[in-house]
Amino acid sequence: MASLLVAICFISFLLIKNSPIDPIQAYIGADLLKVGPEQREMIAQYWGLDQPVMVQFFSWGTALLHGDLGTSMIYRRPVADIIGERFINSLALMLSAWLLSGVIGFIMGVMAAMKRGTWVDRLIKWYCFTLASTPTFWMGLLILIVFAVWLKWFPIGMGVPAGVLAEDVTLADRIKHLILPALTLSIVGVANIAMHTRQKLIDVMASDYVLFARARGERGFILFWRHGLRNVALPAITLQFAAFSELFGGAVLAEQVFSYPGLGQATVEAGLRGDVPLLLGLVIFSTLFVFVGNLVADIIYQIVDPRIREGHSK
Amino acid sequence: MNQIRSGRFPLNRRQWTLLSILLAFAFVLTVILGSFLVEEGKLATDLQNRNASPTFHHLFGTDWLGRDMFTRTVMGLSLSIWVGLIGAIGSTAIALILGMAATLGKVADLIVTWLIDLFLSVPHLVTLILIAFTLGGGFKGIVIGLALTHWPSLARVIRAEVLQVRSAEYVQISQKMGKSKWWVAIHHILPHVFPQLLIGFMLMFPHVILHEAAITFLGLGMSPHEPAIGIILSESMKYLSSGMWWLAFFPGLSLLLIVRAFDHIGENIRMLMDPVRAHD
Repeated sequence: MASLLVAICFISFLLIKNSPIDPIQAYIGADLLKVGPEQREMIAQYWGLDQPVMVQFFSWGTALLHGDLGTSMIYRRPVADIIGERFINSLALMLSAWLLSGVIGFIMGVMAAMKRGTWVDRLIKWYCFTLASTPTFWMGLLILIVFAVWLKWFPIGMGVPAGVLAEDVTLADRIKHLILPALTLSIVGVANIAMHTRQKLIDVMASDYVLFARARGERGFILFWRHGLRNVALPAITLQFAAFSELFGGAVLAEQVFSYPGLGQATVEAGLRGDVPLLLGLVIFSTLFVFVGNLVADIIYQIVDPRIREGHSK
Repeated sequence: MNQIRSGRFPLNRRQWTLLSILLAFAFVLTVILGSFLVEEGKLATDLQNRNASPTFHHLFGTDWLGRDMFTRTVMGLSLSIWVGLIGAIGSTAIALILGMAATLGKVADLIVTWLIDLFLSVPHLVTLILIAFTLGGGFKGIVIGLALTHWPSLARVIRAEVLQVRSAEYVQISQKMGKSKWWVAIHHILPHVFPQLLIGFMLMFPHVILHEAAITFLGLGMSPHEPAIGIILSESMKYLSSGMWWLAFFPGLSLLLIVRAFDHIGENIRMLMDPVRAHD
């Protein structure tokens, strides 16, 4: 993992280094006419842009190890601060969407598998296949049209109401602005987990011990509760943790549609306006985020599944 | 998709898949041909007819410049299909080469699995943003970005497949009989991998289209002058609050239809070819 992280830092650094955006130009921005070529050279020298690439990478890398991600060019503030602040917003969004989609998807998958071959199964399968090919941002737009424009139940985007001082924003306001993006993310996120759970449960239902339980007269919910749940819950939870990468991607789109001030929106802003330090910081942060998800999935597997636990202690 | 077994539908999965392939290709062909044949006049600005809701004359309505949304959607779709096709072919090629290369030796295997992990550990969309940023967006940037981000899972499948085929007896014997590595790779391994490759391609194609639309929607893909679906949708955002739902609804729906159709075909072919799930 460490080698991966270093490689990602290095590759993204190289990629951005070779991008057509001139850091000095991006820094100067509107003051184009006031800055002469000599001053440009001064800036280049001050930033170490005249050094070879490897030297630049190492100075950036050492700063990174000290927790210094540099200063964002758009916001004129340390990148770490911005990421931290945005992450709280994103975390609320991603966590609620993650929980919702996990629970609903799991229930749908179980229902489909238990009623296999009936119209319930077919409906859920159709729904999941359709959702898996729905663009997240289009779903967001539709939800925006229906709930915010037609029904006027929710505000159109933003993290907080417009024209209100930051101190006056209540928790209720924040939640109100959170509902639509979270809804979008969970509607789209359901498909994967539901189909996976369905397949696993069908496998479980075909096993000998379920056949035996059926022969004893167990049916329906009791059968599922005693023999199905624990067997299916584990892969479902693992899958849900391993899906952090897609969750992040979905959040980028949902945040853009609803102009929700989270990490995803910051990523797009940074990409569009050439804010190199912020973009690099976000790439590294999202990698860590995905890594944590996979790590948690592994740990849960070891704690919950007695077979793996036994295997390790041997 | 399970109508097959219910008896109401007199087609089995094979026939049903063939039919949907035909329909989907007919659809794609119409869209692509249509984009060449549409009257340029329909795209011209018609300020008399701005922001009209859908009618028979303008099936998908018109936008704020009076351009026909149906025509724009067809153009955007055909562009998306092209980008998706090139991106998916590129990605499949990378997956094939790396997947085959992984079986050449211990070191090569380590490198390839490491590369796969590397690309899987950053969210897709963030990688895409990074690459599009580096290459400055546009057609070239987006195609390269898409090709570079979609191969890992397919490469993994191919690697496993090649490893399995290689340990089969006839391959071992063929090697013992003095056939060269290339001969074995081309005559014994490639034909076995090909179905997986095809399925991988079919399943990858819709995702590539979706990601293309997403990245364009975010403003990092195609230039705003191209009639791409992502552009249409991101433009429509400005007009949503005034209740012009058709600007977003129909283009997105047609994108959904194409993606859904190819996903469906890919899944069906996979089920037909996979003996374990063929009778599902």
